Amino acid sequence: MADLETFRIETRAWLAANCPPEMRQSIAKDGDVVWGGRHADLTPPQRAWLDAMGAKGWTVPEWPKEYGGGGLSKDEAKVLVQEMRAIRARSPLASFGIWMLGPALLKYGNEEQKKEHLPKIARGEIRWCQGYSEPGAGSDLASLRTSAVVDGDDYIVNGQKVWTSYADKADWIFCLVRTDMAAPKHLGISFLLFDMASPGVSTSPIKLISGYSPFCQTFFDDVRVPRANLMGTAGKGWDIAKYLLTHEREMIGDLDDGRRSLSQIAVKALGEAGVAPLRSDIVRHEINALAFGLTMERVKDETKAGQGTGALSSMLKYYGTELNKQRQELLMSVGGSDSLAWSGTGEVDTSRHWLRSRANSIEGGTSEVQLNIIAKRVLQLPGA
Amino acid sequence: MALVLTDDQTMVRDSADGFFAAEAPVAELRRLRDANGGAGDATGFDRGLWAKMAEMGFAGVLVPEAHGGAGFGYVAAGLVQEAIGRNLSLSPLLSTAILAATALVRGGSPEQQARYLPQIASGERLFALAADEAARHDPHHVTTRAETSGNGFKLNGTKAFVLDGHVADTLIVAARTGGADDEAAGITLFLVDAKAPGVAVARRSMVDSRNAARVTLTDVQVDGADVLGAAGDGAAILDRVLDAGRACLAAEMLGVAGESFTRTVDYLKQREQFGVKIGTFQALQHRAAHLFCEVELARSATLRALVALDADEDRVPMFASLAKAKAGEVAKLSTDEGVQMHGGIGMTDDFDIGFFMKRARAARETFGDLAFHGDRLAMLMGY
Ligand SMILES: Cc1cc2nc3c(=O)[nH]c(=O)nc-3n(C[C@H](O)[C@H](O)[C@H](O)COP(=O)(O)OP(=O)(O)OC[C@H]3O[C@@H](n4cnc5c(N)ncnc54)[C@H](O)[C@@H]3O)c2cc1C
Repeated sequence: MADLETFRIETRAWLAANCPPEMRQSIAKDGDVVWGGRHADLTPPQRAWLDAMGAKGWTVPEWPKEYGGGGLSKDEAKVLVQEMRAIRARSPLASFGIWMLGPALLKYGNEEQKKEHLPKIARGEIRWCQGYSEPGAGSDLASLRTSAVVDGDDYIVNGQKVWTSYADKADWIFCLVRTDMAAPKHLGISFLLFDMASPGVSTSPIKLISGYSPFCQTFFDDVRVPRANLMGTAGKGWDIAKYLLTHEREMIGDLDDGRRSLSQIAVKALGEAGVAPLRSDIVRHEINALAFGLTMERVKDETKAGQGTGALSSMLKYYGTELNKQRQELLMSVGGSDSLAWSGTGEVDTSRHWLRSRANSIEGGTSEVQLNIIAKRVLQLPGA
Repeated sequence: MALVLTDDQTMVRDSADGFFAAEAPVAELRRLRDANGGAGDATGFDRGLWAKMAEMGFAGVLVPEAHGGAGFGYVAAGLVQEAIGRNLSLSPLLSTAILAATALVRGGSPEQQARYLPQIASGERLFALAADEAARHDPHHVTTRAETSGNGFKLNGTKAFVLDGHVADTLIVAARTGGADDEAAGITLFLVDAKAPGVAVARRSMVDSRNAARVTLTDVQVDGADVLGAAGDGAAILDRVLDAGRACLAAEMLGVAGESFTRTVDYLKQREQFGVKIGTFQALQHRAAHLFCEVELARSATLRALVALDADEDRVPMFASLAKAKAGEVAKLSTDEGVQMHGGIGMTDDFDIGFFMKRARAARETFGDLAFHGDRLAMLMGY
């Protein structure tokens, strides 16, 4: 405990010295989020903040130091989050590498792969995208058909992915491919890592109902991938895919990103004409949001004490995303006609965020699929 | 403070689970309800069970060791309440071991504590809180008057909803020594002998087979030494007593919700229609999976409130309201779904699932429902 206090004092001092003032303002527009990568176009404060945090390994506080992490304990990492929040410091780096691939690499990657990829993820040098979904394989992901055929020291990859978030901006892809056409569908899948600059890879952006185009169709036409880029064992990719999904789901479900609660917004907004009738809707949402936040906290505490319950990532994903949709709905209501704005002067983000939030219960596995998983794994209902 | 149980608390949970399942299962509730040719048991619970609960340390769960109690604290009290909720066990635990013990520990004089706390732990004296005057919970709405008289006070008024009032030896009465009818200031708590001249207790049994009396006070003379806490400052003690009750009721409702859920999921695995188990129907699977999440949320909110009480945090009111509101809604959903997914048999008196719905309804109403606690939470959060 005394050590933790020392750590807190040192962390506070370090953050005070190294977090640029511009990085202590809340995220106002999409360009404020730093994704890193070869083509990243960062402002000087963004660059300084990313480099300082990357050098300490604090973009990934709990990863081992040898792979570019901070080597912090869970308690120390919690202190870091608290201290960053106290000065309203932005997250230095948003990254599928951190949230999804990293944990899978740590568990399933070989030593060379870990040494090669983890430090670059930690420092924000390489930006990753996720090649899972295909036109014919969504909820039934294991029916995917993108193929990888051995040719000497390489695989030759052919097929199409869809809804690949930021494929047009990513440097590398972690990709599910079928390496055994004859095996039962879950057993012929492998997990490949490759460079999006490889010949034969092309992307084409798709526009969302929010007006933005964050995801793409991704095509592979005789793409050569070294066999050394296979993660884990050929044919065992489904286990890795599922492990990675549990991390993705916890990330999507986690609402605790330091943004203002609806209650904080309500304190101001309730003074405005016409908002008062929303009071009980807001507080009922807040009851669920607070209970959900406490559940995230309890789950973390229980995991630390070695008492975890099963299929929690599905519960957190399902409940967290449904809550966020409800929250965005209420924010639209609080804003009234102002929140309908789509372009022009003033605030135009509310409507777009509302529309974007509708995807939360689809991406990373739909709400229905999460409920199926809970029914099967936790409740063990017949035929589930 | 981590949201996990300590080893000691896990032991309390295990012993409470085993105890209530063996000594006071749902069949006991049915037996007491149907006693006396359907009129119901005169006491409303089994005094033998209460004596055993005292031996187990449950009656003294909040009584400090110095006063002969177990001093386990609120998280442990909640675990006992959760086991009670799972088994729908009838006992005066809430009124005596939680509400009265909290009142005496928070507000009692050294003499009052020395006199009454050991009697709570040993189970020999029963208490009841006489606070609510209207049908809907409104704790600061106190019109019962306490006027100075001799070296004490004279009480006049009516209390509408006194849990376990019909068996209580001592009433904890909220009366007004000053202030306007709905003001916090001016409320004073009194320890009143239930047998004192002028105290009239009318028992009413409720939908959940528990009892709440209507208590009328007519020129009831109490001694100055029977004021609990400082005169005029009773609201602070009362609020804490109620928050302790709310958190422990949340724990009980968590037990009700959890058990109703478990029984319902079991039924989905047994009952066949259309040649298959009804649990194969996705419409039911998804509702069950959703309910699983809701029970987990209620558990977190409840544990947080109990932890706040043990640590005497500033945010006790907020977390107690959150727990009461959330656990109440989840108990409602779980018992509604429980009856619905059992179909016709769920509506029969012979079958137990309906008992859970009845208890959930009464516990939600007690000490404030969703509307009350939502309103209170919004005010506590500044809107
Ligand atoms: C914004 C966004 C970003 C995304 N980013 C990526 C990405 O980066 N990489 C990637 O690989 N994928 C990504 N996805 C794809 C996402 O994972 C899929 O959309 C999702 O898994 C659902 O698949 P689908 O779209 O084919 O819908 P379908 O599977 O066709 O589902 C249609 C409907 O049927 C329901 N349904 C399907 N099966 C069942 C069942 N067994 N029981 C009950 N209901 C069922 C679904 O719940 C849904 O309501 C993204 C999606 C979105 C919206």
